[in-house]
Amino acid sequence: MILIHCPYCEEDRPEVEFTYGGEAHIARPLDPSALTDSEWEGYLYIRSNTRGLHAERWRHAHGCARFFNAVRDTVSDRFEVTYKTGEARPAKITQTGGAA
Amino acid sequence: MKRFSGLNLIAEAMNGHKGWPEHWPEKAPKPAYDVIIIGGGGHGLGAAYYLAAKYGITNVAVIEKGWIGGGNGGRNTTIIRSNYLYDESAHLYDHAVKMWDGLSQELNYNVMYSKRGVLMLAHNIHDIQSFKRHIHANRLNGVDNEWLTPEECKAYCPPLDISPNARHPVLGGALQRRGGTARHDTVIWGYARGAVARGVDIIQNCAVTGIRRGPDGAVLGVDTEKGFIGAKKIGVSAAGNTSVVMDMAGLRFPLESYPLQALVSEPVKPIFPCVVMSNTVHAYISQSDKGELVIGAGTDQYVSYSQRGALHIIEHTLAAICEIFPIFTRMRMLRSWGGIVDVTPDRSPILGKTPVAGLYVNCGWGTGGFKATPGAADLLAYTIAHDAPNAINAAFNLDRFRTGRFIDEAAAAAVAH
Repeated sequence: MILIHCPYCEEDRPEVEFTYGGEAHIARPLDPSALTDSEWEGYLYIRSNTRGLHAERWRHAHGCARFFNAVRDTVSDRFEVTYKTGEARPAKITQTGGAA
Repeated sequence: MKRFSGLNLIAEAMNGHKGWPEHWPEKAPKPAYDVIIIGGGGHGLGAAYYLAAKYGITNVAVIEKGWIGGGNGGRNTTIIRSNYLYDESAHLYDHAVKMWDGLSQELNYNVMYSKRGVLMLAHNIHDIQSFKRHIHANRLNGVDNEWLTPEECKAYCPPLDISPNARHPVLGGALQRRGGTARHDTVIWGYARGAVARGVDIIQNCAVTGIRRGPDGAVLGVDTEKGFIGAKKIGVSAAGNTSVVMDMAGLRFPLESYPLQALVSEPVKPIFPCVVMSNTVHAYISQSDKGELVIGAGTDQYVSYSQRGALHIIEHTLAAICEIFPIFTRMRMLRSWGGIVDVTPDRSPILGKTPVAGLYVNCGWGTGGFKATPGAADLLAYTIAHDAPNAINAAFNLDRFRTGRFIDEAAAAAVAH
């Protein structure tokens, strides 16, 4: 089982304590009614589905219950970094794995 | 292609079976083809076969990054059924079920399609109401599906425990008698052999690295590990890797790829005569002709291309099976594996044209692509040959995520996702 580091609890906890929350950094449009159908489709349904480093949301459901973000390699399932909601995706994560 | 027949078998037996030709000889790619299919699974090989056999386009290549059938074609649980709720889905999946009939004869290859029946168990009032609604909808669409009482379920599937004290009491079931299983590998091999016999090139161990487009936006061909290969028409049938391939053409898709695990037990004597699914407990089970119990359930929770999943997911699957079938609690599991399935927001496939001229797509089959193999292959071939979708797959277009005209089998709930 994968161990996931919760940035709020500051502990490595087993995967079953967490639920997946989909791709990260998709901002809800401030004025949805002003969007075209294509823009609304993009917000609701279009996903990066990256093969490689993927920024995604997780929730420590059976812990602090808070949402946080993670960068994970979707080929190896290795978690490169987790960070708090509201923080920007760390720039130093490279494709070769690990923080540079 | 040398046909399999009783006479040929006897003749070859005299000859020490030295006269059988290779099914799909190793081929170097030609500089250009009329059509390139990306993805050598059942859907892609089938599309190449139907392009050549049915739609008269024989200058076709199938490009596969690994070996044919090494992806989801070899990683499924081989279940075939068409008892979907909505009209569009019923027509789409039943098109495939009709084609499974007679596929062995058409391909001259035994795909071992066995109409052993798919029984979906109802454990509560909601299940009963939902399944009966499905049964009525299916019958209006000409798809066979019937309601069985608990006693009839027991008669059809003797290992079932229908006592009222069971952990999940069986209140009845929906049975599709034409549903069943087929041998997944032979579907791959049969289509590959049939396609090659009609002039198709199968290029294995050759990943596509780019899709080239001309000044007008239309496709020119693909860059691969073995160089550039030209084509005016490209069909993408890449399952879990569809987003990766579409990214090469500058398109973003409404897809997410998840691992779907399955497992088989040690082989035992025939004990399980049909396919049983339970959506409430969330698992399904059948027995292969080799004797293994074939077991599956839902996907893992996160996007992944790893072709394996977490152990706690299959623990949950086996717990569900043991709750319905306590007789299997002491069975040993032999192997487990994961395939990467591409899931759409409405859990229905995307099968048709894309915004790029000359680029066609067959994707989004999620957890249920095997059953559709002949139908999806035929419809992808039709769409490529006519540059327009068939009436059956017209509704399964990419535009529906913009227009909102979903085929929302996700909400139809009586299918195991």
